[in-house]
Amino acid sequence: MKILVCITHVPDTTSKISFSDNNTKLNSAGVQFIIGPYDDYALARAVELKEASGGTVTVLNVGEADTEPTIRKALAIGADDAIRINAFPTDSYFVAQQIAAVAKEGNYDLILMGRESIDFNGGMVHGMVAEMLGLPSVSPVMKLDIDGGKATLSREIEGGKETLELNLPFVAGCQEPIAEWKIPNMRGIMSARTKKLEVREPAQAETKTKLDNYELPAPKGEVKMIDKDNVDELVRLLKNEAKVI
Amino acid sequence: MSVHSAEDSKKTGKRNFNDQFESPDFYAIDDLLTEEHKLVRASIRDFVKKEITPNIEDWCQKAHFPYGIVRKFGDVGAFGPTIPVEYGGGGMDYISYGLIMQEIERGDSGMRSTASVQGSLVMYPIYKFGSEEQRKKYLPKLASGEWLGCFGLTEPNHGSNPGGMLTNFRDMGDHYLLNGAKMWISNSPKADVAVVWAKNEEGRIHGLIVERGMEGFSTPETHGKWSLRASTTGELVFDNVKVPKENLLPNKSGLGAPLMCLDSARYGISWGALGAAMDCYDAARRYSLERIQFDKPIGSFQLVQKKLAEMLTEITKAQLVCWRLGKLMDEGKATTAQISLAKRNSVAIALDIAREARQIHGGMGITGEYPMMRHMMNLESVLTYEGTHDIHLLILGHEITGIPAFK
Ligand SMILES: Cc1cc2nc3c(=O)[nH]c(=O)nc-3n(C[C@H](O)[C@H](O)[C@H](O)COP(=O)(O)OP(=O)(O)OC[C@H]3O[C@@H](n4cnc5c(N)ncnc54)[C@H](O)[C@@H]3O)c2cc1C
Repeated sequence: MKILVCITHVPDTTSKISFSDNNTKLNSAGVQFIIGPYDDYALARAVELKEASGGTVTVLNVGEADTEPTIRKALAIGADDAIRINAFPTDSYFVAQQIAAVAKEGNYDLILMGRESIDFNGGMVHGMVAEMLGLPSVSPVMKLDIDGGKATLSREIEGGKETLELNLPFVAGCQEPIAEWKIPNMRGIMSARTKKLEVREPAQAETKTKLDNYELPAPKGEVKMIDKDNVDELVRLLKNEAKVI
Repeated sequence: MSVHSAEDSKKTGKRNFNDQFESPDFYAIDDLLTEEHKLVRASIRDFVKKEITPNIEDWCQKAHFPYGIVRKFGDVGAFGPTIPVEYGGGGMDYISYGLIMQEIERGDSGMRSTASVQGSLVMYPIYKFGSEEQRKKYLPKLASGEWLGCFGLTEPNHGSNPGGMLTNFRDMGDHYLLNGAKMWISNSPKADVAVVWAKNEEGRIHGLIVERGMEGFSTPETHGKWSLRASTTGELVFDNVKVPKENLLPNKSGLGAPLMCLDSARYGISWGALGAAMDCYDAARRYSLERIQFDKPIGSFQLVQKKLAEMLTEITKAQLVCWRLGKLMDEGKATTAQISLAKRNSVAIALDIAREARQIHGGMGITGEYPMMRHMMNLESVLTYEGTHDIHLLILGHEITGIPAFK
């Protein structure tokens, strides 16, 4: 079985986010980048499936050279080889076109990725890729088992879950608890050194959106404590300061 | 206290560790590391946050050695990272080894002891001084954690002066007959294999591999430690133990052989103790910003700031010493005296930092809610084993003056 896992390279969730160039660029200085946590689940499940029934896992990232340490980590976790599409991932449509181009050529049995990235949280790429390839797409997948050419998976739906059966190939957006995150071991880190990381130039593709600027949420205001007997003061503050009544 | 609740973790997909540890890097020492080194550190840090810090307090309070960690250390690759891959090791450089020790001891010195004894004191001598058959027989099983090993040098009456050891073996033609006793041996009660240093008929020190199950060999546990409580310590008793001849390490003899092992382990301790220091500093820094007294965070008082500033100064200096020493190790140039300086310095600053960080936590600092008291007690052993604080002064004094002052 040939599995393609698409990973994002995103700021760690505890990073302090700031912007430069009139709020159009992320300030990456001092920011720790990680494999997108949902992608990390997808990768962990892919490696488990490979370990159970053989095959190969290829990781794919659309990003510039600075994403390579993140890709190496995926190789250390157990992917066999990697492809980096040398382009800044401007928007979901652009990224989906790049992934679809690789997928067409590679004839994968299964294409996994996170349900969404945790930087822009678009959650659209898996759907677009599937559409471009004419394949089914499912998300968010919380359980995935493969038996020959058939997959059984369960998916979170409003207020419950559904279990589906599907023929390979298809595209899945994954989330926990599809697998437990894997911590790379030392042998994996050493063998990642010699695994193939192929850099390809991007396919001809369109970007249909244009970024205007980013905005951070307003900082949280200070908490004001009001004595429980002082209802008048509470009403005054809600009226004059918070302006909500 | 955790900032991330389980709910947060669901929303962001973030690993939900309660342990918030971050290491200081005031002099951008990370710029001296490769991406691979950083991945090694991050991976072992995650491993420690997952497998060690959630349980360590309980293990230590109960003086419980978590035997299950041995396999987990094997799986993550913490045993013998510098041993070549063909023998099950990691084939890594000494900076990686140092970072692994830093992160494990950041979690707990006892856990680091388990790992460094296995790697530097058991696998290292078998790799360096062993025959090809010995390497093939023991190293892969020790690397994977299928077997646990220990290192027997210290005796009841010979600690700082191991050359005076009494444990001895006689050539009986088709085997050796081993007699004597070792004391203070990390891992001994659970060890499958012991690398034992003993004198032959001519009084020359040799290494022998003794296996559990050999008749006359026992490993009573040492109870009542106030230090390294999650690491198991015991004796090795040899009462006419028949050791097969092929279990003698053939390629080096004399006191220099065990001392070479100690060099490798002491190097790891230099980084390890630094990890314990970082954990205490990091806890104190966070607490000083959270704890309010006189209507302000205690971190706004000059006396608390002085403590934090001094901690960071010492950690930064020690980081540079360890990094440089690691490069010298990689080049095969590090000397015993250079390693002594680093081991002694890291442990001393770690103990000071543990005490100061404990003070910053006030009464809370004496409880198991915070790691300082545990690190402080652990570090008392680390100060003594692998050459006491004072013996390292003598090693340095010898280097400076050319005059040995040991006796
Ligand atoms: C928890 C723990 C685990 C250990 N694990 C191992 C292990 O796995 N394998 C192993 O072989 N050993 C192990 N050791 C033993 C350790 O290496 C010894 O305790 C250490 O070498 C000191 O020996 P000692 O305890 O006999 O102290 P002593 O040698 O009796 O020293 C007592 C004091 O006298 C001082 N002193 C001694 N000689 C001199 C001198 N010439 N000049 C000035 N001062 C001197 C010392 O600095 C020390 O302060 C362990 C010890 C502990 C506590």
